Amino acid sequence: MSSVSASSAARVPLNRFRVPRRFLRAALPGLSLALVILGIGELNPRAVSYFGLNLMLNLGIPVALATIAQMFVITVNDLDLSIGTFVSFVGCVAATWLRDAPLLGVAVLLGGIGVYALLGAVIYLRNVPSIVVTLGMFFVWQGLAILILPKPGGKAPVWLHALMNFRTPYVPFPIVAALVIALVVHAGLMRSSYGAILRGSGGNPSAIGRAGWSLLKIKVTMFALAGVFGVLSGLALIGLTTSADANIGKGYTLLSIAGVILGGGEFVGGRTSPIGAVIGALTLTLAGSLLNFMRISPDWQVGAQGAILIIVLAARAVINQTGGRAS
Amino acid sequence: MPAAAANIVRLDGVEKHFGAVRALAKVDFSVDAGECVGLVGHNGAGKSTLMHVLAGTLTPDRGQIIIGGEPRQGYAVEMAQKLGIRCVFQELSLCPNLTVAENARVLHPTITGWGWRRRASRLIRGKLDEMFPGHGIVPDALVGELSIGKRQMVEVARAFTVTKAPLHLVILDEPTSSLDSHTAGQLLSYVRRVVATGVSCILISHLLREILDYSDRIVVMRDGAAVAAGRASEFDRDGLVTAMGGAAAGTVRPEERAAGLRRTTPVRVRARPATQKDGRELVAHEGEIIGLAGLAGHGQTELLIRIFSGASRRIPGVEVTARVALIAGDRQSDGIFPLWSIAENIGVRSIAALRKGLLISPELEKRLAERWQKRIRIRTPDLRNNILSLSGGNQQKALFARALGSEAKLVLMDDPMRGVDIGTKLEVYDLIRAEADGGRTFLWYTSEADELKNCDHVYVFRSGRIIADLHRNELSEERVIQSSFEEVT
Amino acid sequence: MRLAGRIDLLTRPWVWSYLGALLVWLAAIAFTHGYGAGGMLTAALALAVFCVITGVAQMFVITLGPGNVDLSLPANIGLASAVAMKVMHGSDSLIAAGLLAALGSGIGIGIGNYLLIRLLRIPPIIATLSASFIIQSTGISYGRGLQIKPPPGFAAFTTAQTAGIPLLAIGTAVFTVGAGILLHRTIFGRSVLAIGQNPRAAWLAGIAVERVRCATYVLSGALGGISGALLAGYFRGSSLEIGDEYLLASIACVVIGGTSVSGGKANVPGLWGAALFLVLLLTMLNTFGVSAGIRLLVTGFVIIAVIIAAGGQKPLR
Repeated sequence: MSSVSASSAARVPLNRFRVPRRFLRAALPGLSLALVILGIGELNPRAVSYFGLNLMLNLGIPVALATIAQMFVITVNDLDLSIGTFVSFVGCVAATWLRDAPLLGVAVLLGGIGVYALLGAVIYLRNVPSIVVTLGMFFVWQGLAILILPKPGGKAPVWLHALMNFRTPYVPFPIVAALVIALVVHAGLMRSSYGAILRGSGGNPSAIGRAGWSLLKIKVTMFALAGVFGVLSGLALIGLTTSADANIGKGYTLLSIAGVILGGGEFVGGRTSPIGAVIGALTLTLAGSLLNFMRISPDWQVGAQGAILIIVLAARAVINQTGGRAS
Repeated sequence: MPAAAANIVRLDGVEKHFGAVRALAKVDFSVDAGECVGLVGHNGAGKSTLMHVLAGTLTPDRGQIIIGGEPRQGYAVEMAQKLGIRCVFQELSLCPNLTVAENARVLHPTITGWGWRRRASRLIRGKLDEMFPGHGIVPDALVGELSIGKRQMVEVARAFTVTKAPLHLVILDEPTSSLDSHTAGQLLSYVRRVVATGVSCILISHLLREILDYSDRIVVMRDGAAVAAGRASEFDRDGLVTAMGGAAAGTVRPEERAAGLRRTTPVRVRARPATQKDGRELVAHEGEIIGLAGLAGHGQTELLIRIFSGASRRIPGVEVTARVALIAGDRQSDGIFPLWSIAENIGVRSIAALRKGLLISPELEKRLAERWQKRIRIRTPDLRNNILSLSGGNQQKALFARALGSEAKLVLMDDPMRGVDIGTKLEVYDLIRAEADGGRTFLWYTSEADELKNCDHVYVFRSGRIIADLHRNELSEERVIQSSFEEVT
Repeated sequence: MRLAGRIDLLTRPWVWSYLGALLVWLAAIAFTHGYGAGGMLTAALALAVFCVITGVAQMFVITLGPGNVDLSLPANIGLASAVAMKVMHGSDSLIAAGLLAALGSGIGIGIGNYLLIRLLRIPPIIATLSASFIIQSTGISYGRGLQIKPPPGFAAFTTAQTAGIPLLAIGTAVFTVGAGILLHRTIFGRSVLAIGQNPRAAWLAGIAVERVRCATYVLSGALGGISGALLAGYFRGSSLEIGDEYLLASIACVVIGGTSVSGGKANVPGLWGAALFLVLLLTMLNTFGVSAGIRLLVTGFVIIAVIIAAGGQKPLR
């Protein structure tokens, strides 16, 4: 018997148990999104149209971007509690300085990304828990947002407004945007060679360190990326709402965490998925519309998000348990 | 052979301390090009620490590291990588969330750019095919979903992959611990082949047979020092065992006692490993000391944990009729509470009994700790000091005090003498015997064959199952070793 | 043990929170030339009470170890405030019933949180997060259009004071002494500390890990429920946002108060120092007349500075 046939013989039983479980887990976020869309289509077929989807998914874009930001942080086993107020801060900058004094505006936003990079360095070098540091940043960003824009107001730069209200042919803009975001981040984090190192540092930091990679650089990179996507999220949000408010992104912290988890991400171990995260964010956004169509009072909007999160986690727990038994 | 190639690495007078514990004491050590050096010693003898120094993951307190003939200042991981020194550590250093190919890329900064994934796959698959024909590992598989044996194969294979950086020395720290004998054989014969090409290896193994058969030269470590060295042909099993020392068996338990207990005292434990297919089970009577033997990691700890769980809830195949306490061998992860004092660490198993009314009495806690400090001789000026102020051996004594100070009649010991000095061992052996005579039952998993001489009855484990059941009078190291290697059907 | 505690009392970082509280108070009264010094303290004590109660809840949870945070506290407080006010129905005779109802709602939430953690095997932070979404909605739908005033007796009780010291502060002081005893001198408290240091070692040392975790989340829920009722009394009416600031405030108090965020080490007296410090800091900034933005900014920097100064907790394995 040749070694080839021996190895393929050994492969068969492995695949029989492993693939369905991995496949099921990977399919779960998409499945839940499909269910929500089907539900909406069932209740109101007209909603699943170009304009309907455009309307329903519009606000999903900033949520998806914030979720991606959170995902970078979660990939290296940290948590960013400040992303929501950071989005507010960016929104306030965008609706004021970015319009009136673009250079200053851009400089401030770049500074915000720099602060994120610095946070990554501090968290790594001082070995402090990210929840507490970002909790402090929660207050800092909110304070800055209020200082910049004490009262709701401001106006989005024209180009930003135009960009976010762009009409793509055939496929609604939010869907195109979501696809682009998911694929770009997927290529960077999941397919690039340095992306493997970044993810590996979430799975086994000391192994990455022992192989000679700088864990400091990795942490800084991931936090800076979170800053970049936080900025994009704030910009997208202001492009849609046209005016800002110092509390505009407050809910994004919890939404982004929920989105990452819904998308199949794990809290520790570097197991996250950009495509899943975007799908998770869209699912959470659409859940609200579904409830509207079901004539469930808007009171239960947040509750439904919680329920979806719990149902998905329960499904995952079941899959994991049966998978555990099989292998 | 050219002189420049002769010494790949040399360590001169390397010393390393961890707090109060001296892990390495002025060790001189060298490896030549194209040789396989076997490194042996008991647990805690300093082998792993020495290898961490070589790999650049630990900086020695004193001493010189000379690589390729040059003394290296500020030697660390990056430099080790550049100089072609690789290490397969005991704790797996793969990222479970990455695929096999991605893990291969982690070690090779040059695998980047377009098509890197394909190149990484080809690299690792080629090496796996070369080392373990018929391995059945797909480069796209997530490492976390591979069995532990396959993970070890990937890790070892990865250490031998070469791209741009040179490869001079591979340190294999217990590379066969999770491999079956066939795969272990494949690995070791590959080591011989690669050594013939001029690459050097350091082989650490508990299986002296592997060391004797596959290395050119052998270095024996004991208590943080290199105590013997020579060509492999100059050693035999007994020579190695003597050099490793630590045959601290104490007095052997009388046979009559063992036989008597089996007949007369009530059963405390009946337990079958989860994967046991035949009817074999572990039985322990009151007053017995039962040994759990076999190679490390073959299901002994798992059975102890099953018995421990079985004392508080129903588990099929496990029957426990006594209160149970466990003495951990892995102190850091299973034993000590690092923020607490010695007294609190001793008292934690007995907090219910330390109460006056509803509240825990510091007075009672102190008295319990003092009583055991005297009995087991914990060397500390003050029991209120943090537990980490103690040396390793004394920390272990505190864990013994925790278990023996409790009301438990059944004591489970999970290889508790790992890294403990001889003096401590002898004191603890006496204590265990005295406690057994007082009616306590001990289940004692040990990775040191000599300790089995303290036991009345020994169960030998292999691949998660009990494969032999030896009475006191049938017990010999050869019997145990022989049983450990019997193939399980 | 006790003596050792007293010796390192002086070396612990949380002592600084008291010093900090004293300093900001002095700075504030220096600014007003001593005017309103006492009133400032009274107001600070009254507000600190709520930080301390929620802080105790969060402290026990955080002490269970990494990943343990009760994110459902604000939603819990909001719901409990509505429940309490609805049951009390503005009538003094129903105060006890209302308090019990708020307590019950809190305990229910605690049990729910634990069940999610246990059954779904998910990190507590996610379990309490998803629970908080559902609690929020329950609160919105239950408290719709609700603007019930607390019974006069209850409102008076929450704001009553003797010699310038709020009654509630005295009660809370007694409560924190109890919490300290619970933490250091009972099986439950010792178990929490042990689990926070090393859950596996705790289990192997015979500690009923799951029972203790359940009790901790129930305790946190119950304290959230009680603070909801008290807040509704103090602010003369329930609202769902009433608890919003107490998520971050409770975590901040715990951290500044010297409790280790990586678990296993908790500090009760530090909570008071930290709560007073935070409240007085805001009072001081108020008297200086700075804007809300600056106040938030300073709060944020203080938290970050404290954690970086106290930081560097090396993982113990």
